[in-house]
Amino acid sequence: MRRFSWFNATSLTIGFAFLYLPMLILVIYSFNESKLVTVWAGFSTKWYGELFRNEAFLDAAYVTLRVAIFSSLLATVLGTMAAYVLVRAGRFPGRTIFSGMIYAPLVMPEVITGLSLLLLFISLGLDRGVLTIVLAHTTFSMCFVSVVVSARLASFDQSLEEAALDLGCTPFEAFRLVTLPVIAPAVISGWLLAFTLSLDDLVIASFTSGPSATTLPIKIWSSIRLGVSPEINALSTILIAIVATGVISASLISKRAALQRDLDSKT
Amino acid sequence: MRRLTLIGIPYFWLLALFLIPFGIVLKISLSDIALAIPPYTPTLDISGGWQAFRDFLSELDLENFEFLTTDDLYWKAYLSSLKIAAISTLLALLIGFPMAYGMAKAREDWRPTLMMLVILPFWTSFLIRVYAWVGILSTEGYLNQFLMGIGIIGDPLVILNTSTAVYIGIVYTYLPFMILPIYATLERLDESLIEAAEDLGCSRISAFWLVTVPLSKNGVIAGCFLVFIPVIGEFVIPALLGGSKTLMIGKVLWEEFFSNRDWPVASAVAIILLLVLIIPIVLFQRNEQKQREAEQ
Repeated sequence: MRRFSWFNATSLTIGFAFLYLPMLILVIYSFNESKLVTVWAGFSTKWYGELFRNEAFLDAAYVTLRVAIFSSLLATVLGTMAAYVLVRAGRFPGRTIFSGMIYAPLVMPEVITGLSLLLLFISLGLDRGVLTIVLAHTTFSMCFVSVVVSARLASFDQSLEEAALDLGCTPFEAFRLVTLPVIAPAVISGWLLAFTLSLDDLVIASFTSGPSATTLPIKIWSSIRLGVSPEINALSTILIAIVATGVISASLISKRAALQRDLDSKT
Repeated sequence: MRRLTLIGIPYFWLLALFLIPFGIVLKISLSDIALAIPPYTPTLDISGGWQAFRDFLSELDLENFEFLTTDDLYWKAYLSSLKIAAISTLLALLIGFPMAYGMAKAREDWRPTLMMLVILPFWTSFLIRVYAWVGILSTEGYLNQFLMGIGIIGDPLVILNTSTAVYIGIVYTYLPFMILPIYATLERLDESLIEAAEDLGCSRISAFWLVTVPLSKNGVIAGCFLVFIPVIGEFVIPALLGGSKTLMIGKVLWEEFFSNRDWPVASAVAIILLLVLIIPIVLFQRNEQKQREAEQ
């Protein structure tokens, strides 16, 4: 017997109001006619127009997208390999250091990671730009990917893989034909996580980007510091809409897949 | 051979881009300001052999760390970061636990939706969510407009650029990290244990304290660490909401680096921050390890 008391209902309502009201206000005021962000002067979409005429924002958005695509793909491959090593490779010299390096970036303050990568790039003589941001983002997001994927790998029955090997598969074929389809949902959510982490990152990108490449968070950051601008509200609304659409469709797809599995197992 | 490549590639990547950079930070924190003017010339010339390595070692000194002790700004910033992290962890627990509890008690078909509602803010830009509070908390902001509109207060409250705003911002952005691990333990909690406690004469409240709370201990510990550790090094929230008065070590490091351009001192600040963080990180990993063993 589940009890759902008024206490639980209130704490959930207040909690979710706290989480969502600020974003809702941001969305509503992005349609504000006034230049003053806190005064409502009627409905208008003019800030969206301004935003799309602002070259600096568009350039930054393009850089951000390129960085996110490259770094999330690299991070997914490296992170899946790392997860495989963590779960399946057994003992090897330096294993403790390896798992330490996987878990440490998850809790490491971004200012430290950013500073240390910048100093590395400078001592290597690498010019700061898209490449250095991609390298930095790949490094911290591969750790998130490997944590997500290794959880799934750990619950996966290893004997299926061994059966494939006994039946004449090469280890790579066994991975591609047996393991990968099973861990695919975790790999995809790992990739999605890496992608949004890269889109969202301000601190590490600030350290590792140069004058030639500014990402959207850096651009947003510098315009917020100059004073609140209604264009940022419009931009935020677009980003919130993209994420909401992405997450909702992803959950619909996975729900559909689960439903399909249920039906398959019944027939 | 194949196994070696599989281990080698991610291993090499992390060594080159995670571990070695820390060595460089350590080295620069120990070098002189003049040497550290960008672009750096590497002070260690490997072709010079043993003699060069000895010269390199003799040049290292603790000057930058000594500098940190001469100005009380630094240790005040470390202490204030610890205090802010501790208080906001407690606040997040006070708000997060009832929410996680409510989610775990909700109807089964509602739970995935509630769970998604907790995760969704995590996917939307962190920077934008903090920025949303600037408009709410400023003197002519929505909160003051609302409170004055309904007549609770006559004069606007000053919240933005105070530590209150920093607490609000931190609790707001880190709340999902608190809710999710607690929810995970509460959801697995066997309901019959509570029924048993009640059958044996516990009131609902004492059953909650004597059964539910102890059994959710692991989730609470994990949630507290997940909030406490990253908040210590937080930079964006104090910089946007805290104004110039709020002192946090992440912000000091950022300013030392970007405004003062004193890279060796910034590196020394980073090294000490790492030392401060090692204890909670090690405790966190122990707790995770214990939990994994308990599950097996």
